[in-house]
Amino acid sequence: MDFLRPDTLAEALALKAEHPDAVPIAGGTDVMVELNFDHRRPAALLDLTRVAELRQWSERAGVVRLGSGVPYARVIDELGGALPGLAAASRTVGSPQIRNRGTVGGNLGAASPAGDAHPVLLTVDAVVEAVSARGTRLIPATEFYLGVKRNALEPDELIAAVLIPRARGPQQFCKVGTRNAMVIAVCSFAIALHPAAARVAAAIGSAAPTPRRASAAEEFLSGELTAADQWRSPRPLPEPVRRRFGELVAEAASPIDDVRGTAAYRGHALAVLARRALGWAWQDYQDHRDRWGGSV
Amino acid sequence: MRVDVTVNGEARRADDVWEGESLLFLLRERLGLPGAKNACEQGECGSCTVYLDDVPVCACLVAAGQAHGREVRTVEGLAVGDELDPVQEAFVEAGAVQCGFCTPGLVVAAHDLLNRVAAPSDPEIREALAGNLCRCTGYEKILDAVRLAARRR
Ligand SMILES: Cc1cc2nc3c(=O)[nH]c(=O)nc-3n(C[C@H](O)[C@H](O)[C@H](O)COP(=O)(O)OP(=O)(O)OC[C@H]3O[C@@H](n4cnc5c(N)ncnc54)[C@H](O)[C@@H]3O)c2cc1C
Ligand code: FES
Ligand code: FES
Repeated sequence: MDFLRPDTLAEALALKAEHPDAVPIAGGTDVMVELNFDHRRPAALLDLTRVAELRQWSERAGVVRLGSGVPYARVIDELGGALPGLAAASRTVGSPQIRNRGTVGGNLGAASPAGDAHPVLLTVDAVVEAVSARGTRLIPATEFYLGVKRNALEPDELIAAVLIPRARGPQQFCKVGTRNAMVIAVCSFAIALHPAAARVAAAIGSAAPTPRRASAAEEFLSGELTAADQWRSPRPLPEPVRRRFGELVAEAASPIDDVRGTAAYRGHALAVLARRALGWAWQDYQDHRDRWGGSV
Repeated sequence: MRVDVTVNGEARRADDVWEGESLLFLLRERLGLPGAKNACEQGECGSCTVYLDDVPVCACLVAAGQAHGREVRTVEGLAVGDELDPVQEAFVEAGAVQCGFCTPGLVVAAHDLLNRVAAPSDPEIREALAGNLCRCTGYEKILDAVRLAARRR
């Protein structure tokens, strides 16, 4: 086995082009488990933790460029205001030790249907910046997840960053598991309100082969909110609307029975999560409409 | 491959390290530091917790090669000479140690918490220790130990 240790992104890309079968390793919280249990014996590891460019974030024109190697702990500490949905999801990942090491880039690289960053990224119009020695490709999150643990990266590509617009409305993330810490989601849900566009985005995790948007639920709720002029003068949401939203979110899933839960349970839990998360997000909008620009 | 790493303030070198090996294996089997424990090798139990450049991590999930050129501090590096760190002392006094297998990881996690938060609340203590499992104590004495250490520091 080779251990490749680039110091710059350019070097990393040259090495990846030369060794397309080299497995990138960032926080190692997925890769090392596979190595320790001999589930994987790659020809080479490509250590990305020395590449400073990947461990930074910046903001320009209202868009955060989050380096793929920024660990969850820093997303929580430094980006709770700009990216509240991603910060909320990051808080639920593993344990302090895992959040100190694990990265959003690694979550995307692993592309597990249960990855906690994914539902959020789907609701906030995130774009994955994939780079190779050939150049840069911008892949919308909605086109990034191709199947169970399969993503849209080419063998010579690395994830440099994720581009995420600063939140312009309330965002929520929640998941179901057996305890508060250290749980892979049985199912998860993210919602983002986009008042300026009079639009709601919702997505589910761990309830289909890939994380996915709940489009019918989004359209239903966006329609109801606009019809009732709720964006301009927000009032409590009628219970039937919240319930119907939950049902439509559950219908977006194609869940399976597995060790973590049954398909029926996942459907039920998703409806509950969606109804609750909508309640929190809407309360936030009612209470702080001025903070979100009130541009409608 | 060769790995040069500073451990507990001392420059250490290991040769013929397997490229897929963990920092935990390197510390325990090559550098003679068995403080950090190997229980699960999958990040679930926290008994291998060490500082890597001052950040607590599961040593079982760090590739040995990733530690090259960096600083590691293990539970062995907390005491100054014969004098235990206040967190270690508090664990002994509060009866927070039974079989002791989880103790090194918990001590490092608690040490980090108290470095960041001088007087942590109970929820903060629970959150900080959420990545460390103990099969023996039922955690109550461990919480007592952290509260005691916080009062003393
Ligand atoms: C105890 C434990 C608890 C966990 N709990 C959770 C949880 O609650 N929620 C959750 O979502 N996940 C959880 N995980 C899984 C894991 O922590 C996350 O998926 C994390 O985001 C992985 O990031 P990493 O940097 O450690 O990735 P790594 O292990 O370094 O890499 C993961 C994958 O991504 C690839 N990769 C990494 N960086 C790049 C890059 N820049 N470009 C291209 N490919 C790349 C790697 O080759 C590999 O295939 C847990 C893991 C453990 C061990
Ligand atoms: S041995 Fe590393 S977390 Fe259990
Ligand atoms: S004292 Fe035995 S595992 Fe904690």
